Amino acid sequence: MIWLIGIGGSIGAAARYLLGNFINKKKNLERFPLGTWLINITGSFLLGLLANLYQSNEISDWVWLFVGVGFCGAFTTFSTFGYETLILLQSNKKILACVYVLTSVILSILSAALGFII
Amino acid sequence: MKLFSVMLGGFFGTITRYSIGEWIQTDNGFPLGTLLINLLGCFVLGWFLTYFTIRNNIRPEITLLIGTGFIGSFTTFSTFSVETILLFQNGLAFYGTLYVLMSIILGLIFAYLGLKFALINGEKGETH
Repeated sequence: MIWLIGIGGSIGAAARYLLGNFINKKKNLERFPLGTWLINITGSFLLGLLANLYQSNEISDWVWLFVGVGFCGAFTTFSTFGYETLILLQSNKKILACVYVLTSVILSILSAALGFII
Repeated sequence: MKLFSVMLGGFFGTITRYSIGEWIQTDNGFPLGTLLINLLGCFVLGWFLTYFTIRNNIRPEITLLIGTGFIGSFTTFSTFSVETILLFQNGLAFYGTLYVLMSIILGLIFAYLGLKFALINGEKGETH
C-alpha cells in the first residue's frame, strides 16, 4: 500500500512541476503565482470529489490512497504557497500577497466543497 | 533528470506525509497531523530555498529533489481544503475556522522564520 501512495505522489509532483513550468514560463516570482494557485484549486476539487466517493464506498481503498493521498496530496502544496506569499511580501507587493492568500484559501475550500457535493 | 529528481523527491515526501499523518491522530477530530506537516514544511522550504539562493552553487537537481519534490509533496493544500469542509460538515465550525487561521498565519510565520534562520546561518558562513 505504501508503494501505491509513493507512486501516486511522484506522479502528482511531476504533474505539479510540469504544469507549473508551463504556466510560469517566465519564472518571475514577483508576479502572481498563477501556477500554484490553479494547482491548489483544481487539486482541492479533485480531492473533494474523491473524499465523497470514498466515504460512500464507491471507490476502493487503493484508489483513495493512490489518487487521493498520493496524487492529489503531492500535486497540491502548502509550502510553496507559503514561500511564494513571503516573496510577494518581501518585494513589497502586499495587495497581491493578500489577494493570493485569500483567493487560494477561499476558492480551494469552495472547490473542495463543490467536488464533495457533486 | 530534472523530472526524475522531482518524482523521486515526491515519492518519499508523500510517504513521509502519510506516515506522520497516521502517527499523529487526535480524538477530537482536529486535523493536527496536516497542520504540523504544513507548518514544518513551510519552515524547511523557507530555510532551504533561501540558504541555497545565498550559496547559489547548488545543482538545480538538488533544489528540485528536496524543494519541489520532497517538501512540495510532503505539504498539501488539497487535504487542508477537504479537512476544513469536513469539520464544517460535522458541525465543528469553531475547529474549522481555527484550522484555517492557524494554517495560514502560522504557515507564513514559519516560512519567514525559515528564511531568517537561513540568512543568519548564511552570514555566519561568510565570516569564517
